Parts: sequence; C-alpha cells; structure tokens
Amino acid sequence: MNDRQAREFWPPLAAGIGLGLTLMGMFLMTGHGLGANGFFTRLVVWLGDMAHPAWVDANAYLKPYLSKGHPLNEWISWEIAGVSMGALVGSLTARRFQWKIERGAHMGMGTRLALALGGGVLTGFGAPLARGCTSGLGLSGGATLAVAAFVFLISFFAAGLLLSALTRRVWQ
Amino acid sequence: MNFPMDGGILAVLVAGFLFGYFLEVSGLGSPRKLTAQFTLRDWTVFKVMFTAIVVAATGLWLFDVVGMLRLDALKIPTPFFWAMAVGGALLGAGMAIGGYCPGTSVVGLFTGRLDALFFMVGMLIGTMVFAESFDALQGFYLAAQGPKGLTLAGLTGLPSWLILVLLAALAEAGFRLGAWFEHRRGGMISATELSK
Repeated sequence: MNDRQAREFWPPLAAGIGLGLTLMGMFLMTGHGLGANGFFTRLVVWLGDMAHPAWVDANAYLKPYLSKGHPLNEWISWEIAGVSMGALVGSLTARRFQWKIERGAHMGMGTRLALALGGGVLTGFGAPLARGCTSGLGLSGGATLAVAAFVFLISFFAAGLLLSALTRRVWQ
Repeated sequence: MNFPMDGGILAVLVAGFLFGYFLEVSGLGSPRKLTAQFTLRDWTVFKVMFTAIVVAATGLWLFDVVGMLRLDALKIPTPFFWAMAVGGALLGAGMAIGGYCPGTSVVGLFTGRLDALFFMVGMLIGTMVFAESFDALQGFYLAAQGPKGLTLAGLTGLPSWLILVLLAALAEAGFRLGAWFEHRRGGMISATELSK
C-alpha cells in the first residue's frame, strides 16, 4: 500500500539512555519523576464530578483530588500532552504512524478489543492500589533506588511471565 | 546551580515530549512488542527500562556527590509491601492480557492504535471499581508499610555506588540473556513486521 517503508526502531540501549537522561532531567527540574496513571485518576475525578458529583464527593479515595480543581491545573496533564505529541512526532517522522487495531496473528477483532478492555480494568485497579504505575512507581522510583519500585517491578515481571503462559497463544 | 528546581509547565511539557518520543522510537507503543517481553521473544521492555533506571540513578547520584542536588528533596516512594506487590502483579497481568500499561497506552493511541482507547476505557472502569472498594481495602492498602522513602542503600546498608554497580551488572546480564532468547526466536520484532 505504502511504497515508503517504515523506518526501523532505535536500538533499546540508545532509547534507554535517552529515556534515562529525560527522567534525570525531570527530577532535576521538578523534584519528581515521570508518571502516567495519575492522569487517568484525574480523568475519573473530572468526568465523575460532571456526571455524578455526589459520588465523587462521598468517595474517600477520589474526594481529595476535587480540591485540586481542573485537570489542567496538574503537571501530569501537561506531561501526558507532551507524551502524546512526542509519540505522534516520533511515529510520523519515521513513517510508523498507522491507524489500526493491533492484535496477534490468530486473534479476532472482538477478542482483541475485549482483551484491551479487560487488561485496562486490571491496570486501572492495580495502579492506584500500588500508588503508581510502570512509569510513576517502577521507572521513577527505580531512579531514586527506592525499595518500593523494585517490589513493584519484580511483581510486575513475575505476573506478566505467568499470565503470558495463558495468553501467548492469542498474541503470538 | 541548586537542584531540584521548581520547573514550570514548559519543563514538564518538554520532558513529557521526550518521554513519549523515546518510548515510540524503541517500539514500546506496540502491544505486540510489549507482550513479547513476557513470552521472552523480545526484551525491549526490560532493556529500555533498566537502561533508563541505571542512567537516571547514576546521573542523580553524581549530581548529589558534587553537591548540586539534594537527593532527600526528591520524591522517593515509601514501600507498602502488599499493595505494591499485588498492584504490580495486576499491571503485569494487565499488560500480558491487554498489551499496554498506562503510559504506553498513550503512546499506542498517538501512533494510531485504536485498541489503546479500549484499554484506556478499561482503566477508567478499573479505577472507579478501586475507588468504590477503597474503604474495604484500607487494611490491605496500608499493610506492611516500610520506612519512609526507603532506598536499596538504606535496606542493605551498602553504599549507593555499589548498588549502582550491581544494577548495571544486572542490566548487562539481562541484555545478554535477552539477546540469547531473541536469537533463538528470530530476533526482536521489527517496525517492518509490525507495519504489515
């Protein structure tokens, strides 16, 4: 379809060094690392406050976020805006941007979307429980050599490996 | 210069941009690549994450050694053993099943992958369920709390430089082990393969 080929990915070492310097820069400039899941928590609070304010107001986990106001007052929203642009620029300039529903070779479309939704539910429950996600706790905590980050990461990889014994047939 | 500074929106926007860019160029917006870490076919997740941790940790340590940074002014998470172990396991399962984590789902969506939208909707549902169960989970959420901002150096009594050397050695071992597995399975998943 496209006669101009997608350019290859960077070697992981080079991308990892770039990401590490970015993470270090974030700590130097703000005192904290990179994150992601916090944005989705803010989104739940914001949407919940519009749809059903009484629910958010009565909820012990979500209520403290209300005092922070609009999500645009939060650094994490601006960071995610940056992430979106960085991903867009990276994929467009290397001709890797492609509208699609990515799935395994033997995976139906409906199966793929159900798996994405189900995996998302587990993640949306697990990240606030862990007080952070792969970037907010694993990567950023790891850069400060925090024990918390390594507890999270060991568990993350162990569970992924175990679960993958069941899901590898649909993905590969 | 005295770090950390109180950087504004622009610093955050630039760091976010580079974060998204480096995830994209390493292929970590692709759920096929992300799930391939757990089948051991493609070790990009481990390699990129571990390299970034070692580079950032070493850099921050150097800034501290030369007296330009107060490490204790940085946000260092406090361990809550059970909540973090189970939360980490749920994110590992979420990635093995759904193909993303919160950050990579954003990269997935902005490289054209619409399945990432479904993952995001799932995350919103999961967080609502968590919020709804928060009162019932209190005991578990707070169980086995460790010392505030506990680091590996604090836990083991080893100097930070030695921890950094050991982490770098672990990363190197992971790169070698990964290369061995990748060689047996026909190499890392390429951009060409994903664009078919």
